[in-house]
Amino acid sequence: MRSVKNHLSLIIALFTIVFTMQIYIVIERTVSAYEKDLNKNYSIVVVTKKSVKPEALVAISPTILAAEELSTKKVLEHLQSQMKQRHIDLLKLALPHFYSLHLNHYPTPDEIVSLRKKLQKNQNITRIEDFSKSHDTIYKLLLLYKSISILFAIGIFAVTSLLILKEMRIWQFQHNERMSIMAMFGAPVWMRSAVLFRLSIVDAIIASILAVGTFAYADFIHIGSEQLHEIGIDVLVFDTLNDSLLIFGVALSLSIILATLIVIGHKEEV
Amino acid sequence: MAEDISLAYNSEETIISKANFSVSSGDFVFITGASGSGKSTLLRSFYGALRPENGSLIVGGVEVNNITNARLNFLRRHIGIVFQDYKLIKDWNIEKNVALPLLINGYAKDISDIQVDKLLNHVKLSHKKEKYPQELSGGEQQRVAMARALAHNPILILADEPTGNLDDYSSRLIWNLLEGANTQLKATVVIVTHHIPEDLGVSYKHFNIEGGTVYEIS
Repeated sequence: MRSVKNHLSLIIALFTIVFTMQIYIVIERTVSAYEKDLNKNYSIVVVTKKSVKPEALVAISPTILAAEELSTKKVLEHLQSQMKQRHIDLLKLALPHFYSLHLNHYPTPDEIVSLRKKLQKNQNITRIEDFSKSHDTIYKLLLLYKSISILFAIGIFAVTSLLILKEMRIWQFQHNERMSIMAMFGAPVWMRSAVLFRLSIVDAIIASILAVGTFAYADFIHIGSEQLHEIGIDVLVFDTLNDSLLIFGVALSLSIILATLIVIGHKEEV
Repeated sequence: MAEDISLAYNSEETIISKANFSVSSGDFVFITGASGSGKSTLLRSFYGALRPENGSLIVGGVEVNNITNARLNFLRRHIGIVFQDYKLIKDWNIEKNVALPLLINGYAKDISDIQVDKLLNHVKLSHKKEKYPQELSGGEQQRVAMARALAHNPILILADEPTGNLDDYSSRLIWNLLEGANTQLKATVVIVTHHIPEDLGVSYKHFNIEGGTVYEIS
């Protein structure tokens, strides 16, 4: 009974760690998908005195992915009813050129400042609109979301690590005697530790199966993905192959590290 | 063979000082002495659990002073040890406990099973092979420990007070097994004890420890 309880403690601790890790991965994916979505709709508008080739604007900074000239046709069409054609023609000549700059990723506020400085160096550019006010608000919210998820993950990791350390001490006590007896009969280190490694690997596999099962089921009944879809974000909550491999990998690595620490900490009785 | 060996758990308190003695292959040896005299300490040095502070200690042709872990493991695979507190693995059944040295020495399962059955029969515990140590009496546990010590036909058997807490029946069984190991298997037997049995069927050497010094008693 005590043995089952000890196994459960390690299984629960390992499960909590891999569960938290997977939650963090989902949050990361969500943030990343949201960033991509924001970036798709985000652009900086620059105004130039003379017409410039879009390539020349792209060359200003590696952050700029593409530049396209914004047509003034619609504005002029709108004014046609209120102005004479002669004035329209004059306005056409005097009207500056507008360009929309698309970036290769969603920029941080610092990147926007840096980009603005680079653009301002170009004598031809007279005005830059980077929509920084609305950008800042959204981005700050995004960063807050990320920070909370990291804090949450660190907190859980710290608590479960303490649980695992406590578990390790119990295991050290339990296995010490057997390992000492085996050592007295000449068992090599790998043989003395075999039971310990086998038990910790079994626990890691059970914890991984539980975590994979939980997320696969959540994915199957669309928990999370449906809610995210409703706010316009489509992310993979559980990538069956890659996420399963990651969960198994992390759980096994942790349990092997745990067993190794016990083996290293073992002192032979004299 | 020991030449000027000194043993201590910490360098300040020497338990055995400059001991010189020799035990030949096939000898049956008793080490006696008062409680706390260092009998068990001396025995521990024979299987490398305690290394001499100085001097030279050779066991089975191997100097144990500066022995590597791999060589120490190899040496221990040829030694059978019986502890006063049995040192059985609690979560293994009796059969598995007796088979431990065979497992360590890489014996095939079928050979190991035959050997374990034979030994459990010798110690009259065949009917309890599925039981766990805590389900046996002290005497029975010591008989299991004895069977385990003999399982791999060791060249050296070390026994620390093997009959210290046992009833007459279990004691007699243990002595018979130790005598048999010495006469039939030609194993060297070293026993730490307070009392040498009077009805022993083999000739023996007797060392006594007093004041940290090892004396041979003729």
